[in-house]
Amino acid sequence: MHAIADAFVLAVKMIFTGNPEVYSITARTLEISISSTVIGALLFVPLGCLIYFNNFRGKRLLICIIQTCYSLPTVFVGLLVFLVFSRAGPLGIFGIMFTPQVMVIGQVVLIGPIVTGLTISALSGVSPAIRETAISLGASRLQSVWAVLKEARFAVLTAIMVGFGRAISEVGLALMVGGNIRGYTRVLTTAISLETGKGEVALSLALGFILVALALIVTVLANRFLKVKEADVAQSRAPTS
Amino acid sequence: MKKILMLLLTLAMLLSLVSVLPACNEETITPSPTLSPTTTDVPPLKPVGRLTVATTTSLYDTGLWGYLEPMFEQKYGVNLNIISVGSGKAFQYGKTGDVDVLTVHEPKAEQDFLAGNYSSARVPFAYNYFVIVGPPSDPAGIKDMAPVDAFKKLITMGNVTGSQVKFVSRGDGSGTHAAEQRLWAAAGYQYADVEKSGSWYIEAGAGMGPTLVMANEKQAYTLSDMGTFISYKTKLNLTALVNQQNETLRNVYCVMVVNSTKNKTMANNLVTFLTSPEIQDLMGKYGVAEYGTQLFTPCAGQNL
Repeated sequence: MHAIADAFVLAVKMIFTGNPEVYSITARTLEISISSTVIGALLFVPLGCLIYFNNFRGKRLLICIIQTCYSLPTVFVGLLVFLVFSRAGPLGIFGIMFTPQVMVIGQVVLIGPIVTGLTISALSGVSPAIRETAISLGASRLQSVWAVLKEARFAVLTAIMVGFGRAISEVGLALMVGGNIRGYTRVLTTAISLETGKGEVALSLALGFILVALALIVTVLANRFLKVKEADVAQSRAPTS
Repeated sequence: MKKILMLLLTLAMLLSLVSVLPACNEETITPSPTLSPTTTDVPPLKPVGRLTVATTTSLYDTGLWGYLEPMFEQKYGVNLNIISVGSGKAFQYGKTGDVDVLTVHEPKAEQDFLAGNYSSARVPFAYNYFVIVGPPSDPAGIKDMAPVDAFKKLITMGNVTGSQVKFVSRGDGSGTHAAEQRLWAAAGYQYADVEKSGSWYIEAGAGMGPTLVMANEKQAYTLSDMGTFISYKTKLNLTALVNQQNETLRNVYCVMVVNSTKNKTMANNLVTFLTSPEIQDLMGKYGVAEYGTQLFTPCAGQNL
C-alpha cells in the first residue's frame, strides 16, 4: 500500500513539474492511440455497416471469425505485423519497422475486429422498423444506413471506445514493432514494462496512473460528446411551444 | 449550440496540448553540460535521419548506451535509435536488415553472422567479466570456486530435495545465455538435460536487468555480466560469489555493421566513435565514480 501511495505522489509530481520525458511519452501514447482509433473508426465502422446490411454467403462465418479475433494476443498481431513490414518481408520496402507509424498500423489491425464486430452488434440492436421507415420516407440507401447508425450511436461509440482502450493499453505489439526506443517509440505501456523489469516499482505505478488518467479524460470527453448530441436531439424534437 | 461550442473548445485544447508537446517527432537533443567531446566551433547539427542499433541488454541496462547516445547524436547529427534485445534477437534483426548496427557479445553467433555474409567485420570495443552471483547465505557453498566446478555443484545441489539452491537462467538466446550454456557444457551436461532437471532451474526469458531482479526475488543464483550486476547492486540482495577474471568468464562486446544497412557511412561512424580514444576513455571511466569500480574495460584494437 505504501508503494502505491508513493507512486501516486510521484505521478502527480511528474505531471506538475513537467518532467519532459514523461510528457513526451504521454504525448506520444496519445498521438499513436488516438490516431489508430480514429483511423480504425473511419475504416471499420463502415465495414461493420457493410457486413451487417448485406446478405452474402459466408456472412455468418465471417462474423464468427471477427468475433474470434477479439481474442487475438497483441504479441501475435505484433509478430504478424513485424513479418509483413520487416525489411525481409513483403512490405519491407517502406522500411518503417521500429517507427511510430508502424505502431499505428499495427494498432489499427489490432482494433479492427473489435470495432467491426461491436458495430455489427450495435446495429443488430436497432429495430428494423427504423430502416424501413426511413426508406418509406424516401431515404436513399446511404441515408437509411445513416439513420440506423444514429439510432445505434451509443453502442457504436462504445465499439470505438473499446477499440481505443485496446490500443492504448496494449504492450505486445508496441514492444515488438516499436522497439521501445527512448525518445521515439517508447509509450506508457512499454515504459511501464521496462521500468518494472528494472525494479522501479514507484515509477511503473506512476506511469500506470497517468495512463488511467488519460483514459478517463478521453472517456469523459466521449461521453460528453454523446450527451451533447442527445440534448440537441431532444431539443429539436421538443414541440415548439 | 453552446454545449457544442464548449465541447469543441475542450477538444481543441486537448489537441493543442498534444501537438505542442514533443510527440512523434524525435526528441530535441539537449547537450549535456559536462560532456562535449567535440571542441569545434561548429554548432551541433540538427538531427536528420536515423541509425538503428540493436544492442545486447547488458549494454543497455547498465545505462552505457543512454550515456553515449546523446554524445553520438550531437557529434554526427543523426538520431540514434537503440533497441535493447538479447543478442539472439539482435542477430535476427541484422539478418532481416531491420537494424543498421549490432552491439553484441556472443562469439560463436558473431562468427556465424560473419560467415553468412551479414556483416564484414566484428570490432571489439569493451569487455568485462561474467560473474556468478547468488544469495549472501550461499546455500550451495560455491564461493570462490572455479566457474565450471561451481556449476557442477549448483546442479548437484539444485536437485537435492529441500535445498534452497535455485538458478535463474536468462533463457532468451542472449550472449549471456550462450555463456551460461558453454559453462554447462564444460561441466559435462547436455543443456537439454539441465533444462529438464528440475524446478530449481528457472528460465526467465528476460534481459539481464529483469533476470537479476527475479534472481533477487527468489534468492537464487544467476550468471550475470559484471557491469549490469554492479549497476543493479544497490537494488539487490545478491553477492558476487564466483568472480574470477580469467578467460573462461571474459565477456567481450563488439560492434558489427550490418551489410544490408542503407546508411553505411553513419554506421561506420558509429564504429569509429565507439573505438575512438576519447570514447574508449569515457567507457573505462563509466560508473567508476558512482560504483567505485570499472563496469567496462575498453579494448579497441585488441584481438579479443
